[in-house]
Amino acid sequence: MQERPTRERSPDDRLSALVPRLRRICGDDGVLTDPSRRRTYESDGLTYHAEVPGVVALPTTAEQVAEVVGLCAAEGVPFVPRGAGTGLSAGALPRADGVLVTTSRMRRIVEVDPDNECAVVQPGVANLDITRAAAPYGYYYAPDPSSQQVCSVGGNIAENSGGAHCLKYGFTVNHVLGLQIATPQGELVRLGGKAPEAPGYDLIGAFIGSEGTLGIATEATVRLVRSPQKVTTLLAAFAGMDAGGQAVSSVIAEGVLPAAVEMMDALSIEAAEAAVACDYPEGAGAVLIVELDGPAADVDADAAAVRRLCERAGAFEIREASGAAERARIWKGRKSAFAAVGRISPAYIVQDGVVPRTALGEVLGDIARLSAESGIRVANVFHAGDGNLHPLVLFDDAEPGAGERAAEVSGAILDLCIRHGGSITGEHGVGVDKACSMPRMFAPQDLEAMDRFRRAFDPAGVANPEKLLPTPRLCGEVPGVRRDVHPLVAQGRAEQF
Amino acid sequence: MTESTENKENGERPFPDLLSDCVHCGFCLPTCPTYVLWGEEMDSPRGRIHLMGQAEEEGAFSDASVGHFDNCLGCLACVTACPSGVAYDALIETTRARVEDEHERPRGERLLRSAIFSLFPHRRRLELMRGPLRAYQASGLAEPLRKSGLLQRLSPSLAAMERMAPPIRSRVPSLPERVPAAGRRRAVVGMLTGCVQGAFFPQVNTATARVLAAEGCEVVVPQGQGCCGALSSHSGRAEEAARFAEATVRTFEQAGVDTVVVNSAGCGGTMKHYGRVLREAGHPRELVRRAEALSAKVVDFSEYLARLGPRAERHPLPITAAYHDACHLSHGQGVTAQPRDLLRAIPELEVADLPNPEICCGSAGVYNLLNPEPAADLGTRKADDVSSTQASLLVAGNPGCSLQIAATMRERGEEIAVAHTAQVLDASIRGLPPTALVPS
Repeated sequence: MQERPTRERSPDDRLSALVPRLRRICGDDGVLTDPSRRRTYESDGLTYHAEVPGVVALPTTAEQVAEVVGLCAAEGVPFVPRGAGTGLSAGALPRADGVLVTTSRMRRIVEVDPDNECAVVQPGVANLDITRAAAPYGYYYAPDPSSQQVCSVGGNIAENSGGAHCLKYGFTVNHVLGLQIATPQGELVRLGGKAPEAPGYDLIGAFIGSEGTLGIATEATVRLVRSPQKVTTLLAAFAGMDAGGQAVSSVIAEGVLPAAVEMMDALSIEAAEAAVACDYPEGAGAVLIVELDGPAADVDADAAAVRRLCERAGAFEIREASGAAERARIWKGRKSAFAAVGRISPAYIVQDGVVPRTALGEVLGDIARLSAESGIRVANVFHAGDGNLHPLVLFDDAEPGAGERAAEVSGAILDLCIRHGGSITGEHGVGVDKACSMPRMFAPQDLEAMDRFRRAFDPAGVANPEKLLPTPRLCGEVPGVRRDVHPLVAQGRAEQF
Repeated sequence: MTESTENKENGERPFPDLLSDCVHCGFCLPTCPTYVLWGEEMDSPRGRIHLMGQAEEEGAFSDASVGHFDNCLGCLACVTACPSGVAYDALIETTRARVEDEHERPRGERLLRSAIFSLFPHRRRLELMRGPLRAYQASGLAEPLRKSGLLQRLSPSLAAMERMAPPIRSRVPSLPERVPAAGRRRAVVGMLTGCVQGAFFPQVNTATARVLAAEGCEVVVPQGQGCCGALSSHSGRAEEAARFAEATVRTFEQAGVDTVVVNSAGCGGTMKHYGRVLREAGHPRELVRRAEALSAKVVDFSEYLARLGPRAERHPLPITAAYHDACHLSHGQGVTAQPRDLLRAIPELEVADLPNPEICCGSAGVYNLLNPEPAADLGTRKADDVSSTQASLLVAGNPGCSLQIAATMRERGEEIAVAHTAQVLDASIRGLPPTALVPS
């Protein structure tokens, strides 16, 4: 393992020397050094991990972002990008020895271009604000994370965020046509543009989901989708999860492609009821939300099919909503579910894993068993259509040892996902939280290749270090990873932190 | 009502417990006016809750954190947005009271605050200002003074006060102790006349009483009533607030009414949580219980009318009106549909909804006097939204909002008529022409 190189100055000194230069770039009110102010940035949406940033920079233009990043690269100071701070994998966990580059002031919608079916936005624009700006033209922005009114486009790009409607419309990566990025060396580079396809390597594809390790998105050209002629949302209540799962399988088998298929279990329904009084059918052990969109005739035919299949699977109540207000009422419970769990448990872990749809029933059974054995409650909310599970592991943080036991259950759920041929994250990303789980999914050679790719963008190793890929410091001795000195390090072209 | 029982529970839960309800999801960020303006964590509800936690841990407020608490408008949009049910209203009120207790403010700030609070919550003193203010407005001095920028240089707060001052009309006769119901009596209700509302907008109180009477209510207007304590409570002056609250509780107990109708959102919001106000100031349990009993009787004017159902005939008012949600009505009391429904029931009246209805206009009690800059920025944003509706009348359920928005519109040369929901209903019931509300 590589020793940290000794430096003439301590990280603190290096940071303090940086502050006046950062102020020149971002202005006095664009740099935060006061300890109590910096502390409010110690976590993103995952508070389990916390670290007070050395400095917080609040740039307002792409040029400022690039200058800040360039300065960090030149001085060997790590930087961490942050959008709205709603991430759930601690991807924006700050560094005490680094600069937190926050895009929350870059909230301008540069252009809505309905003729080319796209919009150009700054990275701090909230996901839902794109839809708000496009709505008058009959368009919307399709990826819809549950936090869409808050989460920023820049964060969505870093995490390749999805949402309930990914089943039909795909993830962020399917909706970004062009990017301007500040590379980890501080260059502003444009990838793609308004045209739907660009020749050469798919660098946009590589950048999206790179969790801030390949730079910071400073502007995005996103695809706008025509608002569907009709949207119908069905809410079906079942006695238990098995019946709900059966309904999902038969809907997909029938050849219906809903915009979204979501399922919630009794515990998450209880939480949502407590939070937003969503008024789901009483006594439901599971509710299925199926949304259909498209031409009116198709939607009506599909809705009839879904109804029939749900009834056959044992649904005891089915509600249908076509008006925006009614649909919003159905979605309210689902969209608030994560935060709503705060009403029924003092603390909880939001897990995110993927399994093949056919394994859903079995995995849910295994999770129930895990929960019963450990005495730790697990609420299940998930995108049933694409097998993306969001188990919520509930515990009382005031009770000694409860957090560790919950983390064990949460980890065991990930093992279940891997064992069934799934993935350790569907949409929340790896961040810090799951970096050490990466070797459970990937062979050392895979990780090595990813690391080399990362270094090609970031030879100085300053861009969101210790996220996404496992590091010895973070994960202890991870077997099989970096047994040898990295070739770039050996050549003196890169440093390992 | 579930809200009041919930708040009762919250009031009895310890502060750290209330803090721990926040799961840091960030859903509050986009509805927070200061986050909208500045895009920084410590000026968002999530960040402020974090700062409260820091103070709790360290046993003291950092100077920086006090600034961020002061920046909070107390609009409670975050309470509406929060899926975890964080009682930010209780948190910020307690925090403000602690700041006033424990934190030494610079001399200038202290003087400004005591000046404001020795004037505003006192209706008599406000009424004494009417004469000089009217003379000043008639003198033609206002225009050159504003242009000179002298006041702005002297004190931005004073300049804000000058800008916001409502046009003083001729004196409206004060309401009698009892206003009889028109026709068969359906109910007996008490009515709060308030301090600012009473002194500067007596015509709103008159309209309120007239509409209630027309709908069959006998209206009891206790003569000894003063400020309800809302302004003080929102600024952390816990004891002053509790004194006002206690007096108001006694006044309405003596009036012997089962319903207390309030036409000012800020007042209603506070009066619905009197238990908390008194508990915060350490008042005895018995008094807290009585305060809670009064809170249960408090109802907003529009909320009450919607519940009562219309009886008086509505005459047409061919006007396009924009309805502005006063924060302490929408976020503080959950009243959004009722005033719109009441207005839409008026023939030929068109009600336009403002874009960004959840964002505060920047008035926020005395906030626009204490923090004139962000208040003015928010006022401008709200004025943009009001302009976009092309309405000729702005309707709101709170005097402060009307003052703030009207002043901002006036400065932009887009003068707009403002009215309280009660005045619109009053004009319709009395069959007045639209010019009664919108001078042509």
